[in-house]
Amino acid sequence: MRRITWSRVAINLTVLALVVVWTVPTIGLFITSFRDKQAISNSGWWTVFTNPQGAFTLDNYEKVLFGGDGLATAFLNTLAVTIPAVVIPILIAAFAAYGFAWMSFPGRRLLFITVVALLVVPLQIALIPVLKAYLAIDLNGTFLAVWLAHAGFGLALATYLLYNYISQLPKDIIESAALDGASHFTTFRRLILPLSMPALASFAIFQFLWVWNDLLVASTFLGTDKEVQVMTQALVSMTGSRGQDWQLLTAGAFVSMLVPVLVFLALQRYFVKGLLAGSVKG
Amino acid sequence: MHQAAEAPPPRGIAQVLAAGVGRVVVSIFVPVVAFIVLWAGFLFLKDSGAPKIVIVVVAIVWGIGGVAMLYVVANWLVEKLPPVWSGRILPFVFVGPAIAILAFYLLVPAILTGWASLFDANGKEFVGLDNYVYSFTNPDMITAIRNNVLWLVFGTLFSTGLGLAIAVLVERSRLDRLAKTLIFLPMAISFVGASVIWRFVYSYQPEGQPQIGLLNAVLAAFGLGPVSWLTGEPLNTILLIVILIWGQVGFAMVIIGAALKGVPDEMLEAGRIDGATEWQVFRRLIVPSIWPTIVTVATTIAILTLKIYDIVTAMTGGNFNTQVIATLMWKQAFTFFDAGRGAALAIILLIAVTPVIWYNLRQFRGRAI
Repeated sequence: MRRITWSRVAINLTVLALVVVWTVPTIGLFITSFRDKQAISNSGWWTVFTNPQGAFTLDNYEKVLFGGDGLATAFLNTLAVTIPAVVIPILIAAFAAYGFAWMSFPGRRLLFITVVALLVVPLQIALIPVLKAYLAIDLNGTFLAVWLAHAGFGLALATYLLYNYISQLPKDIIESAALDGASHFTTFRRLILPLSMPALASFAIFQFLWVWNDLLVASTFLGTDKEVQVMTQALVSMTGSRGQDWQLLTAGAFVSMLVPVLVFLALQRYFVKGLLAGSVKG
Repeated sequence: MHQAAEAPPPRGIAQVLAAGVGRVVVSIFVPVVAFIVLWAGFLFLKDSGAPKIVIVVVAIVWGIGGVAMLYVVANWLVEKLPPVWSGRILPFVFVGPAIAILAFYLLVPAILTGWASLFDANGKEFVGLDNYVYSFTNPDMITAIRNNVLWLVFGTLFSTGLGLAIAVLVERSRLDRLAKTLIFLPMAISFVGASVIWRFVYSYQPEGQPQIGLLNAVLAAFGLGPVSWLTGEPLNTILLIVILIWGQVGFAMVIIGAALKGVPDEMLEAGRIDGATEWQVFRRLIVPSIWPTIVTVATTIAILTLKIYDIVTAMTGGNFNTQVIATLMWKQAFTFFDAGRGAALAIILLIAVTPVIWYNLRQFRGRAI
């Protein structure tokens, strides 16, 4: 028979308490997002269990998505910003990592050290100069502006991480590919990219999370135009201008969390690696 | 291109010319077509009245396809050159775009910002270190620096410490899978989203009205009056830090938990047989063997706290003395349009994170992802 020790019970109870503490705020948001305006401002969300009046409506979601806040548009914009802002830097970084790892050219060491040194530069430094350059060529407020900015801010880290991975790939296969007459480009496309998938996936998840949840870069380079703004911007403007419209805010917050949480639940394992990998993001 | 014409063995001069001209024409034609396609896509995205969903799909295809196409075309062009030259140029096709983007987005801006921090608001008059003097003497800034120190110390300490404690506890619990997933989940939520969540914890209504914030409802249940959590300093900053901790403990727990699995059981058993208490085993055996991981986690979170921006902006907008360096930097640069002060603040951030990142990288080196 298993002996039930008190310490075991205590540990399980502590863990359970922690889980409850960690989850309750999110549950509160979830419940609130289905309550009507009246109910939200008159009673706490926990009262739905005893007094379910006004406790379930989909109006909030309908209003926030298709009403004046246009979160449906912001959702699409977030997709349009995020997907290329994840793929573009990875592609560019993978090329660069291969170049640094397996090609010889003058200045290779110096250039690589420069890339690593740029890891320390916080993106705040770049905001004003890049914005000025964008304004000069009328690029501000376009998706391209944000993609390239995210590419620029993620590239030092991506190159560094992918270099660590790609330079560790076995020398034999790359040399034998060259002996078989494969060009660098073919080797890269047929060998390096498939072999580096784990590293690419890890970084992709990190960058995805980072871009999807970013507020600073989007606020700077997309501006306040509702046509192009992303969800974090829409949410912040809702908290600022009409902080008392709780019902819309909660529904909006939930919509914005949906995709990253699903990705998270589906790819938890890669997620951990990606987070570790992304630890020094500038 | 001249080398391209000289390379083949001598043939009829007309043939050589024709081949050379043909190559040159094709070599020009392909990039020009590529450029036109990209430009057309760009114009479409900029001014199109098409439905949003169409624009989004075009944007994604154009953005990703465009970058891929640039590489293919550049490589194709370089491979047309004689081997000696293509061998010399090809590496720069591979690393060149990355270098160019990094130069444009980080290197040059860092230099420009450093330079701008020595000038006045309009960037006209040289003011030496005045902006830095201002940054360390202005009361708002001193509060911001104090707040950033609070973020750094409490955010890092509690996220890492709680993460470590929970990792150890969860490992001995039967709820480990569920607990790990639920505690880790906030990591996927943006700081902006997290701020909305926590508004329902900190919300305050004057006494007598129904409290819809969890904390004040708890106080009311004990017969205490409501507290306006987010208006009094420095409590408000501490409460904002709680949001960061809520988000980051899962990260610390998972990373430290992975390291814990690598600690050999025999070592711990040997310690217990020698009469060590559980606390001594933890303190003397477990912690030292996972110390590098703890340092990685702590430095990672420290970097985050130094650059914290989103939580403050979304919760208080930097009001009630909750401002931090990054929010003040934004305000100086984009609300007051004081380029000099904004730049100085950005440089202060750079100086603050540099040693932490350097330390983090030293721990990181050699560990593949």
